[in-house]
Amino acid sequence: MIAFAIKRFVQALGVMLVVALISFMMFRFVGDPVNQLVGVDTSPAEREALREALGLNDPVLLQFGRFVVKAAQFDFGISYQFKQPVASLIASRLPATLELSLVSAFFALAVGVPMGVYTGLYRNTWLARGFLAISLVGVSLPTFLIGILLIFVVSVHLGWLPSFGRGQTVSLWGVWSTGLLTKSGLQSLILPAITLGLFQMTLIMRLVRGEMLEVLRTDYIKFARARGLSRRAINFGHALKNTLVPVITITGLQLGSIIAFAIITETVFQWPGMGLLFLQAVQNVDIPIMAAYLLLIAFLFVLINFIVDLLYVAVDPRIRLGGARG
Amino acid sequence: MTEPTLSVRNLRVEIPTRRGVLTAIDDLSFDIAPGEVLGMVGESGAGKSITGSAVIGLLEPPGRIAGGEIRLAGERIDNLAPDRMRRIRGRRIGMIFQDPLTSLNPLYRIGDQLVETILTHQRVTTGEARRKARQLLEEVGIPAAETRLSSYPHQFSGGMRQRVVIALALAADPELVIADEPTTALDVSVQAQIIALLKRLCAERGAAVMLITHDMGVIAETADRVCVLYAGRLAEIGPVRNVVKHPQHPYTIGLMAAIPSLSGDPDEMLAQIPGSMPRLGAIPPGCAFNPRCDYSFSRCRAERPEPYPAGTSHAACFLHAPEALRQAPSDILQAATAAGISLPNTVDGAS
Ligand SMILES: Nc1ncnc2c1ncn2[C@@H]1O[C@H](COP(=O)(O)OP(=O)(O)O)[C@@H](O)[C@H]1O
Ligand SMILES: [Mg+2]
Repeated sequence: MIAFAIKRFVQALGVMLVVALISFMMFRFVGDPVNQLVGVDTSPAEREALREALGLNDPVLLQFGRFVVKAAQFDFGISYQFKQPVASLIASRLPATLELSLVSAFFALAVGVPMGVYTGLYRNTWLARGFLAISLVGVSLPTFLIGILLIFVVSVHLGWLPSFGRGQTVSLWGVWSTGLLTKSGLQSLILPAITLGLFQMTLIMRLVRGEMLEVLRTDYIKFARARGLSRRAINFGHALKNTLVPVITITGLQLGSIIAFAIITETVFQWPGMGLLFLQAVQNVDIPIMAAYLLLIAFLFVLINFIVDLLYVAVDPRIRLGGARG
Repeated sequence: MTEPTLSVRNLRVEIPTRRGVLTAIDDLSFDIAPGEVLGMVGESGAGKSITGSAVIGLLEPPGRIAGGEIRLAGERIDNLAPDRMRRIRGRRIGMIFQDPLTSLNPLYRIGDQLVETILTHQRVTTGEARRKARQLLEEVGIPAAETRLSSYPHQFSGGMRQRVVIALALAADPELVIADEPTTALDVSVQAQIIALLKRLCAERGAAVMLITHDMGVIAETADRVCVLYAGRLAEIGPVRNVVKHPQHPYTIGLMAAIPSLSGDPDEMLAQIPGSMPRLGAIPPGCAFNPRCDYSFSRCRAERPEPYPAGTSHAACFLHAPEALRQAPSDILQAATAAGISLPNTVDGAS
């Protein structure tokens, strides 16, 4: 178990170094950082001085080392467009994205798992067929279209929910601005969360359904029936628990994609999160922000992967206790 | 005569498929007396497992019972509502499947699976159920039962897992135990132990056993009576000694001749039955075995035989029909007699 954790940790470190290298290369190859910082009327001598001050004349390896060390301390330099430390810019946007992503993931799970269980158990009912048809729509419609449709119907036409922004936020301990504690914050969250979570929800539903069908065919379910256990104990105990092993893995990994794909939803709903910040950065070639965003997303992916692996181990005794005997 | 624990009458199981309805079990009748061990034998695909599933009410859809009756201690169980049938499963009929490696839920502790089963069928407290679970594990010969309760299935060997499966199947003291090839998936070295254990525990409890296997050695040592299936139909049924030593159906004769003798003489040639069992969709008219039978005659190709008395057994073969001596050609009668088939002693059905 400890060895497993250490191995995964080393792997994660490797992944992060590679991503750091890619981020670092952006600085060198996408535009000249000095050009971004100075005006057109700056003299070549001044530019050279700045270049020296920024360490851009040092050996590449040294520059990379410095970049990694700084990144490890959350120092990503100064944003070209905002002239502010990137770390604090991201920190101010992070809560919006994380809250949106987690609520979306929760929505996807809370709706997707029961729908999957239902469609797996009652395969031939019209409701199950209806769920499958809906899921097809959810998978095939692009996110931005779903978002725009929701805005059009729910916000513009019905006027029930706000169409953009995050509503009123409350600052927690001075570091985390949350929209979860105000009415307008919660109302603003609903549409973006559905938009972002819909694809994952249908994915989870189909996954649970498939796994459920698979598990219901296994010998241990047959044996559980032969022992006379109640339908409830079989379906929601024996079957569901076995179904959840892969669901945990996939959902966990999907959380990373949710955070990454929040870019689109944040754009559609003008959600003040990291995704919106990143898009603005791309438009303005604000490389420090782009690099930091890339590293952060990679870090979240790696972190989630790590947690999922541990969860997986916690659920499945075959991995936890090892030594499977035939 | 006491009421049989299990009585199957004219059972017919159909499986609707896209290419038509297959008849997996056709007009099968047999009884199992209290405490009796009935061996079910037949080639793979003969319908042994389907018979077991039909009895315990777990036929896989779209398979369904299309005719006949199944009675448990006199009470009809083939037409019970699902919830009432569920109460019979595990409590009055226990079932053991072939593969102990996949019969246990990998995510549940052995003890929890036992306790859950006991609590389903008996009004006891969790504490009592746990004590009973430990006692069951001890009974099936698992050392350190108390600590093993909190182990997971993957921590047991195959033989040990089958012992756990037996404990689970017997947890509520069922009056009938269906064991579907309980040792086929196991190491040869532990097969005999598991069969002996199963037989002892069922005998102690007075449970009737339907032992499905294609291992005639197991049957010879364990069963009281044997039921031979061929293509979903009864071929022969009778006391084990007679069926093994003096088989009366040509198919059984072939089946017995195909067993390597226990003395293990390597020079002894195994008699093989030519051809193979027909698929369900392609069962020939008349007797299902007639194309492979050395003793078939015109009637075998035209009509379906019912089980006729044949010595102390019953065999579904026209050689045992009262009219046989009159209908079958004399060379076939001679060959049959030479093969040990005891022909009826009347010339026609008038006796
Ligand atoms: N779902 C099904 N569809 C079609 N045929 C089936 C199905 N299930 C079982 N069968 C057929 O029923 C026959 C009996 O099967 P089974 O009872 O499992 O045989 P065995 O004697 O080996 O246990 C076999 O010929 C098998 O191919
Ligand atoms: Mg079988």
